[in-house]
Amino acid sequence: MAIPTGAVVVALALFGLFCAFQGKNPFAVFAAINKAAFGSWYSFQNTLVRAAPLMLTALCTALPARLGLVIIGNEGALVVGGLSATAAGLACATAPVAVVISVMTLAGMVGGGLWITVCGALYYQRGVNETISSLLMNYIAIAVLNHLVNGPMRDPSSLNKPSSFPIPDDKMLPAMGDSNVHYGLVFGLVACVIAWALMEHATFGFKVRMIGGNIRAARMSGLPVARLGLITCFLAGAAAGIAGMIEVAAVHGRANESLAAGYGYAGILVAFVARYRGLPIILVATLLGGILASGGILQRQFKLPDATILVFQGLVFLVILFSDSLYGKFKFFKEREA
Amino acid sequence: MKSLILSLLTATLATSALAADKVGVGFIYVGPKDDYGYNQAHAEGCAGVQQLSWVKGVEEASVPETTAVQETMRNMINLDGALIVFPTSFGYFDPHILKVAKQYPKVQFLHCGGMYTEGKHPANVGSYFGYIDEAVYISGIVAGHATKSSKLGFIAAKPIPQVLRNINAFALGARSVNPKATVQVIFTGEWSMPVKEAEAATSLINQGVDVLTCHVDSPKVILETAERRGIYVTGYHANGIKLAPKGYLTGAEWNWSKVYTDYAEAVKAGKSLAAGTIPHLVRGGLKEGFVKVSAYGPAASEAAKKDADAAKAKFMDGSMVIFKGPLKDNTGKEILPAGKELKQQALELEAMGWLVEGVVGSTKN
Repeated sequence: MAIPTGAVVVALALFGLFCAFQGKNPFAVFAAINKAAFGSWYSFQNTLVRAAPLMLTALCTALPARLGLVIIGNEGALVVGGLSATAAGLACATAPVAVVISVMTLAGMVGGGLWITVCGALYYQRGVNETISSLLMNYIAIAVLNHLVNGPMRDPSSLNKPSSFPIPDDKMLPAMGDSNVHYGLVFGLVACVIAWALMEHATFGFKVRMIGGNIRAARMSGLPVARLGLITCFLAGAAAGIAGMIEVAAVHGRANESLAAGYGYAGILVAFVARYRGLPIILVATLLGGILASGGILQRQFKLPDATILVFQGLVFLVILFSDSLYGKFKFFKEREA
Repeated sequence: MKSLILSLLTATLATSALAADKVGVGFIYVGPKDDYGYNQAHAEGCAGVQQLSWVKGVEEASVPETTAVQETMRNMINLDGALIVFPTSFGYFDPHILKVAKQYPKVQFLHCGGMYTEGKHPANVGSYFGYIDEAVYISGIVAGHATKSSKLGFIAAKPIPQVLRNINAFALGARSVNPKATVQVIFTGEWSMPVKEAEAATSLINQGVDVLTCHVDSPKVILETAERRGIYVTGYHANGIKLAPKGYLTGAEWNWSKVYTDYAEAVKAGKSLAAGTIPHLVRGGLKEGFVKVSAYGPAASEAAKKDADAAKAKFMDGSMVIFKGPLKDNTGKEILPAGKELKQQALELEAMGWLVEGVVGSTKN
């Protein structure tokens, strides 16, 4: 706990220096970030809306990480999940709203899940590096998306922004009460809690962690390594697939190029920072959602360049990754020898 | 301490009183403000309208077409007091603008390029766009004069009507002065993909193309590649002569300052979209001052300038029609019979799905 907290503090200090070089008072900037992200219910809604897809895409990296796999195909799984959900939703658009949403959720999970299962299968059957294959599959997913919304799935009335046919308004996921937060947040929270219970408190998670700890030992003790690996990959992709489903069902109402908005890549950051655990993912996604939500005020109030918030995000990421190398370097972090 | 609080309080009151007299205008861009392209053109429009002392402009750049833009619109309205918002990217319209506009019926939501449909869209939503194909046609004339190989290159984002219209106008302009000229098109598939744009430019130049132009969000890398390879280029969205001081012939530019100033003045005068005193659809070309042609670069010949100026004069007096029969597409199919004309307002042009004769390429990309 000390190291991640320390890393965030160091990142804040570095970003403060950056702001000072830009001629802004760092404390005023921090105060504004806090106000725009967490200061009131009005601004906290923005943070939550941004955090919801990050919770789901983060799981796509976090679950396979416990197996020792580094999967970064979150964006692709999100896109494929969104596409599958759109196709399924359009196919049953006349059904009651609960049915439409359930069918879309299932389709999103299956689409995204199978997408990442392919990466897992390539790894377990053919030894293909899962990081490279999942990264490259992002581009394939986006190309498939562009092909489908420009061709077979295209609504001919979407002239200048090719899109699929729309899901009817009354079949979409609504906002919660009179807030601006949609029900996608509930999906994110539930998925993270399930992931946490499954990985930390169930036999399945124990087996997965055993494979991650030492794959040979796991094989020797008779664990079906490939099968467990593929199931985990499927669950990971399914989480990102739900994120894609929510983008369609709660935000856009149709599939188009806006699906690939970078939530997948931001999810990788969340997973790393949360050290691949379900509950911390909720916290980190909310924090990053807040950082992203405050990007606007830095531009409008401080006239800082639009890339400033990416500088901040990048600093946090780099410092936390670097802090990993500190484990075991200092005496007081070492576990006491027996 | 008390006096400090008091003075702070009066200061706040004073600023809010000042703000009340001002018309708050919010601008939202999908990319960076200095892209030498789409977003820069709008940012220049924002800078233009801020020349008015009673306008208080706020800007936010690199806002993706997600819930992020809904959040930005709400913030501009609630925190910055914007009375008008200009979310400039095409993809902001549906669902984002439509959704937020319903929540804030007193605010004017003006969108670039969208199609307002009465009865279907909220009454406080309007759309504006420019007939930039007029300026592209003039660029085509200058390009047709400049080329020695008669091979022109066009790097385009997507085969959608707005883009096809520019490709066709460029080809028609070039072929009006150089009937041998052909325009080779490459679609990159993305609005902003500098790597593919550079590859497309290199490949076109290697095929013998000696004048390039484009319709992508940022022409930057294309202008730079053309200049480095020593060929000519015509610009798009914003003036690019700084990036290609030798090869820049001319270019098609937006003149959003004029459009934004008109809207701000209408709102200051108490007009609104919902009351019908601001029209829901605003369109204009060279004559209306919505678009302009870049000043000629050093490589533009006297003959080219003469022909281009003549065409410009005809656009200004309204006698020029770009799309008129006889017109064939590049598969030989007749588009318009002789004697038939499509004026700029024609709805057929907003749904264009063909490439004119002389264009090498296909809309099925």
